[in-house]
Amino acid sequence: MPIQSMKGALRGFLLVVIFCAGVWTQSSGIIEEFLWYLPDVEYLAIQHLWLTAISGGLAILVAIPLGILLSRPSMTRWAESLMQVLNIGTTIPTLAVLALSMSFLGIGSVPAIFGLFVATLLPIARNTYAGLKGVDAALMEAAAGIGMSPTQRLLKVELPNALYVIFAGMRTALTINVGTVPLAFLIGAGGLGELIFTGIDLYDPVMMLAGAIPTALLAIVVDALIATTAFLVVPRGVNPARP
Amino acid sequence: MIQLDNLTKVFDTPKGAVVASDHISMEVPSGEICILLGPSGCGKTTTLKMINRIVKPTSGKVFINGEDTTDMNTQDLRRNIGYVIQQIGLFPNMTIEENITIVPKLLGWDKAKYKARARDMMAMISMEPDAFLKRFPSELSGGQQQRIGVARALAADPPVMLMDEPFGAIDPINRAVIQDEFLKMQQELNKTIMFVSHDIDEAIKMGDKVAIFREGKLVQYSSPDDLLAAPKNEFVESFLGEDRALKRLNLVKVQEVVSDEIGSVKPSDTLEAALARMEDYGYQSAILMINEQRQPVGLVTRATARTTKGYCRDHYENVPATVYLDDDLRKVASIMFAQDATWLPCVDDRGYVCGQITQRAITHHLGSRYRAREAVSRHSDSVIKE
Repeated sequence: MPIQSMKGALRGFLLVVIFCAGVWTQSSGIIEEFLWYLPDVEYLAIQHLWLTAISGGLAILVAIPLGILLSRPSMTRWAESLMQVLNIGTTIPTLAVLALSMSFLGIGSVPAIFGLFVATLLPIARNTYAGLKGVDAALMEAAAGIGMSPTQRLLKVELPNALYVIFAGMRTALTINVGTVPLAFLIGAGGLGELIFTGIDLYDPVMMLAGAIPTALLAIVVDALIATTAFLVVPRGVNPARP
Repeated sequence: MIQLDNLTKVFDTPKGAVVASDHISMEVPSGEICILLGPSGCGKTTTLKMINRIVKPTSGKVFINGEDTTDMNTQDLRRNIGYVIQQIGLFPNMTIEENITIVPKLLGWDKAKYKARARDMMAMISMEPDAFLKRFPSELSGGQQQRIGVARALAADPPVMLMDEPFGAIDPINRAVIQDEFLKMQQELNKTIMFVSHDIDEAIKMGDKVAIFREGKLVQYSSPDDLLAAPKNEFVESFLGEDRALKRLNLVKVQEVVSDEIGSVKPSDTLEAALARMEDYGYQSAILMINEQRQPVGLVTRATARTTKGYCRDHYENVPATVYLDDDLRKVASIMFAQDATWLPCVDDRGYVCGQITQRAITHHLGSRYRAREAVSRHSDSVIKE
């Protein structure tokens, strides 16, 4: 089996490389330097998560009702134009949004949270709207035909069937949110951006990585967290992850 | 009973007003199935959907069991009408049990009652409750899903059902099975049913009455047999097809055409006696041989009887086929063509010979009904307002 033996060789080679890298990092003292930043990382990571939790939480609280509202039949006439406005909003770079909110709200965590909130709002609202609009028309007809009220239709048929798409929107939005929080440092809101940008300014790669690696890990953890929630919350019959 | 009184729907489209249903007045008696039939875009579905207000009528009234539904609350109205659609529309986020019990829950039944009801419904549609109730719609085949769709519509035991091409998306073999099951259920349930179809064969099979629609108007409303025997105009005629006389074969049972006069011989008769009896009855080719219990055991052919001496029991051939009194003429005709026979012996449920059916009798029966019904259906059609 040439392919299998190739795979085995590759695996062995990778192990050797990782081992060498480990030896090198140990001998060069990088690990000790990293550990030196640990208290900072801990403090800033919590700050980082707070920024994400508040801005993301607010965004979910506003975006899902907004998406539901736009998907109502009575809103059909306005919905598409409003979604276009949201779409244009999405194209504005987050850094620009932060700069704009700083010019109105000053510096600190309030403008940062507002900027992050705006950036997170859009994908969630868009997915909520698209998810609800995407519910099979036949299901809606059946739901109406058996005598469900509009509210019952929304709660028992539309939302459960759109939930997977809505969660996909939250996943994208919040993962991007975690990755964007470092920019909040630029308007004085703290977070792991402090280590990253200071590291860049001081030309200190270890300091920069001490901010960057936890940021990446946080993004992965948040993503996994939401994926798990979706797995548990979305009804089995409409959950592609649960056959 | 469902009564429609001048029910009209006008759609405003960019190209101008389109009349989808034009002053439809008709009545479906309690316990009957009425099929709304017509080409696509003829207004049959619009008419159906105005009854449960999925489509809001422009004008006209709907009466259910004599009660004007105009001022009824839409949700209450719909909860008392079973609704089955072609796309089935089972809720994929709910289990089969949740799907079936949804209307009873909306009506506020208590838990024990609707749970028991779900099991009863499963039994009614011949599906194993324990195997299916906890599963999700996506795990079922199309035919099973539509059975559940029917069960859901029937769960709260509504007096009236609306069915919009319910079996249209099911493959032909399963469709025939589900149609038969549904008819059997209907015999016990006696629901008043409006049923949209575009399939003439389905209409003839399922309907007590058939309403033919064209361009928003009700063209003809009569029993399937009247419809086939006396189509009102060229449109109905062309819609029913050139072979509509053959389609009528489906509607007539053997017992309506059977002649109880049948000459037969016993195994102990001589071939001479057999030949003599053939002469008596004027049989050209053969005579039936029956045993003591009047069961058909063989055929003695004319050729054998004329050229051979001996007893019938030693010189008979197998009976090619027999038909039951409940069989429809389509099956009989099919067997006759396949066997190159001009007559077939008929047997009752116990298998005893009770008569014969001949090709001539079939053609005569269809013809005489056609002639007799023409006058009657002219009369009944005049009741329908133009």
